[in-house]
Amino acid sequence: MTEPLSRDDVAHVAKLARLRLTEDELVRYTEQLGKILVHAQDLSSLDLHGVAPTAHPFGLVNVVRSDEVRASLDPAPVLAQAPDVEDGRFAVPRIVGEAP
Amino acid sequence: MKSALEIAAAVRGGQSALVAVEESLTAIRARNEELNVFLYVDEDGARDAAARVDEQVRRGEDPGLLAGVPIALKDNLCTTGIPTTCSSKILEGWQPPYNATVVDRLVAHGAISMGKTNLDEFAMGSSTENSAFGPTRNPLDPARVPGGSSGGSAAAVASNMTPISLGSDTGGSIRQPAALCGLVGVKPTYGLVSRYGLIAFASSLDQIGPFARSVSDAALLLEAIAGHDPLDSTSLPEPTPSLLAHVADGVAGKRIGLVRELVDGADDDVVRAVTKAVETLKDAGATIVELSIPELHLGLSAYYLIAPAEASSNLARFDGVRFGNRVDGDDVTAMMEATRTAGFGAEVKRRIMLGTYALSAGYFDAYYGQALKVRTRMIEAFATAYQQVDMIIGATTPSVAFEFGSKTNDPMAMYLNDVFTIPTNLAGEAAISVPFGTGEANLPIGVQLLGPGRSEARLFAAARVLEIADGRA
Amino acid sequence: MTLPNGWEMVVGLEVHTELKTKTKLFCGCANEFGSAPNSQVCPICLGLPGSMPVLNERAVELAMAIGFALNCTIQDSTFHRKNYFYPDMPKDYQVSQYDLPINARGYLDLPDGSRVSIERAHMEEDTGKTTHLGTSGRIHGADRSLVDYNRSGVPLVEIVSGPDIRNPQQARDYVAELRSILVAIGASDGRMEEGSLRVDANVSVHKPDTPFGTRCEIKNLNSLRSLTRAIEYEALRQIDVLEDGGSIRQETRHWDEDRGETSTLRVKEEAEDYRYFREPDLVDLAPDQAWKDRVLAGLPKLPARRRQDLEALLTNPTDAQRDGVTTVVDLNLDIYVEGVAQAQGDVALAVARAANELAANIEKLANLSVENFVATVAMEQSGQLSATQAKNVLSELLDQGGDPVSVAKAKGFEQLSTDSLSATVGELIVANPEEWQRFKDGDDKLAQFFIGLVMKATKGQANGKAVIAELQSRR
Repeated sequence: MTEPLSRDDVAHVAKLARLRLTEDELVRYTEQLGKILVHAQDLSSLDLHGVAPTAHPFGLVNVVRSDEVRASLDPAPVLAQAPDVEDGRFAVPRIVGEAP
Repeated sequence: MKSALEIAAAVRGGQSALVAVEESLTAIRARNEELNVFLYVDEDGARDAAARVDEQVRRGEDPGLLAGVPIALKDNLCTTGIPTTCSSKILEGWQPPYNATVVDRLVAHGAISMGKTNLDEFAMGSSTENSAFGPTRNPLDPARVPGGSSGGSAAAVASNMTPISLGSDTGGSIRQPAALCGLVGVKPTYGLVSRYGLIAFASSLDQIGPFARSVSDAALLLEAIAGHDPLDSTSLPEPTPSLLAHVADGVAGKRIGLVRELVDGADDDVVRAVTKAVETLKDAGATIVELSIPELHLGLSAYYLIAPAEASSNLARFDGVRFGNRVDGDDVTAMMEATRTAGFGAEVKRRIMLGTYALSAGYFDAYYGQALKVRTRMIEAFATAYQQVDMIIGATTPSVAFEFGSKTNDPMAMYLNDVFTIPTNLAGEAAISVPFGTGEANLPIGVQLLGPGRSEARLFAAARVLEIADGRA
Repeated sequence: MTLPNGWEMVVGLEVHTELKTKTKLFCGCANEFGSAPNSQVCPICLGLPGSMPVLNERAVELAMAIGFALNCTIQDSTFHRKNYFYPDMPKDYQVSQYDLPINARGYLDLPDGSRVSIERAHMEEDTGKTTHLGTSGRIHGADRSLVDYNRSGVPLVEIVSGPDIRNPQQARDYVAELRSILVAIGASDGRMEEGSLRVDANVSVHKPDTPFGTRCEIKNLNSLRSLTRAIEYEALRQIDVLEDGGSIRQETRHWDEDRGETSTLRVKEEAEDYRYFREPDLVDLAPDQAWKDRVLAGLPKLPARRRQDLEALLTNPTDAQRDGVTTVVDLNLDIYVEGVAQAQGDVALAVARAANELAANIEKLANLSVENFVATVAMEQSGQLSATQAKNVLSELLDQGGDPVSVAKAKGFEQLSTDSLSATVGELIVANPEEWQRFKDGDDKLAQFFIGLVMKATKGQANGKAVIAELQSRR
């Protein structure tokens, strides 16, 4: 079985997930995730052509609510729990790069 | 401590709810420091709630099924007025502005929350060793783990701090600690209990369920919290099933499948217990059918792709912007990275990365996509089995409670603890773990009964047969 | 416009419309613009731990209505999570429709007869709104940003056209037609400036019979004017690059309306890794025939058909009358014109008055009943009111209400007696002998000259038709 993932893969994934890893952690996670993924590769070898994927255990459909207004939260206690607030808004450090 | 049924009957009959509450507080004071069960004990809230229940009784109102019954809540259930942490530093100090639906239902049924119990951070683990606030100890042997991730809720009941508690089960997180602590633990059918306000680990697998010392108490608690919730789109639309009324139904005429894959690899003492349980059910009038469901072997691999994938997305919102703790950074990305890096523990990071990888471009089909197909296979395999039998029996865990640190350095060894419980979550079906006999070091063993969706009443009846035979009646 | 050296532009548009629902897509918070920051938030649209979405039925129905209006197939659909970290996105994923959108494969016919294909029209949730603190007010140079989540979770439908558009005017027509449809079916208020309708343009250039070029996505198009200017600028920019021997990078570009140019926002070095997967907290949407039929039955007549019906009431409509009809339909004034038609009145006159006087006072329409509009037009048509007087009466009716007969009387708009008109015309002929001679010799244009003089002399009280009749009788 080939190595399921490389150190670079782990670094890339950590970046996607907004996690910073030390050199040691990179090495350790590469090894640990590799072990887990070796098991996962058992699945890759199965022939599952034509099998529909299951995202939900049961086939409920059309669960909707009527378009009626419900009370919103009182903003004061919600903002009080936020790390940083200004003018009734949630404050964050400068944003580098536009939203996709 | 009395059972939940006994306490509710006494309170409805006029005994003050404070009696059980004070008894619970005394038990908590006696052992909480040693066992690290509760992260937060809501003394004032509990006494206030008891007074309200008493007032209801005085006015001639019925406080409900759980009148005055002290209950412990896993700390991944949102509760107003007191903290909810998920045993994570990232949420430390956070007070949700809303209650989980189950919490509102408990209050509506007169139950009294004693506080919030320890868990593996974000419910990721099988030993409660992954809590940012220290491990919980097994009350039956403090050198051993209580199981996880709902280890605190299991330990609360096992140490008589409360008669019942709530946990959540994504891959075995109720049944496994129930087995390791000698309790009844139920993973209800997916959608039977509202997930609204349960801080999600893996949304398509998570279910809230009860811990209790007896089958009847477990049935009582599940009956109180089950039922359709318009706030949870995946909540089943059918009315709440009657459970308690069927506990004594027995197993006469029932066909029970003994599934090889749910015993293979277990320790000898566990295998012996399952064998004895099978004999007991047979003696009670059930027909035993030996079955093999090879697909179950694929469960662990599929689970360790699906659950982390969903978790990687569910845990994205912990970014230091709207709630919880923040670690500053020069720009917003640096702030988010610093916050998440400092706020999450090693196991949570491991699973977030595993899930991110499984969903990422180029690997989705091979990992996550393939796992969803395996899930389909598993559901079909169970459906085929349930054409032949009414329920399935197997082990809950491969072994009795293990010692601290024995599996922490090898994630895969820890994951293998869930090998028998995971298939039920993947299929969205129901399962119950009931204590039956003891094994190594006189520690309890859990036997698992599995059934199709909404078969809880049937499973409780079978569990009750085992409970009686085990001398726990 | 024609591009130089035989280049051809290829444009596809992505239009996001906020749906006019009472509540957000997944929670019961009010969908309203302009409230105090973070006053319309709850655990769901704030993405608090443990919260779960429940789909808004009305949003689904409006999305289906859009599908019907754009000739799409309405199909069983699913929701996905689009994962990316951004502070205006409370869950750090957006719930959107991915491989199975509710509406697929439709088309929109434009007034010029061209057809633009619609690839899909899917539902998704809007983000919160970020304010950048610092001198520029834009994201660059800000040292701190503030987020208001009132808009977070507002229902959107994204309508994606095929790459069928070939010039800026066609792009403009497409958006204008789409906007009038969205307004007509009650799905949107159609306000581009407020951001309730947002357009992104994918622009590329190529030579005919060669493959399409690399495209750039243009953002920040807040008006139809920006849209046409940006597309034109971008096509010419790409041609310049290519003719200089360069190549086009696939990127997202920002339109600067003041400077009239696009600039690089983000280069798509590698495709963004959004890790789409099915949203496990929502179930599938599989509307049955009865539900679809109900939505279809509730669909009003669409603008194209309404324009057609109104134009059919005109004989040989002029371009100006066609434009008038478009305005009438866009502003939903059809009932006024139809009222005149039913009363056998002058439809052309009704279109003119509706497209001008009513259109300019759209917020006052509640004061003017169809009946009173019909009566006013009839009074003008019969000569009881001059054009100036009729406009004056309409203005008064729109301001104050009332009926045209009383208003005309109160304003002293009594018709000039025939004798008095005749006397005035006689005086003006004497005073302008040269012009009168030319009119008599057959120069009809001079009728207008005399009408102008009569109007001036009578302070607008004369009826133009009556003046012409008087002039003719003396010719």
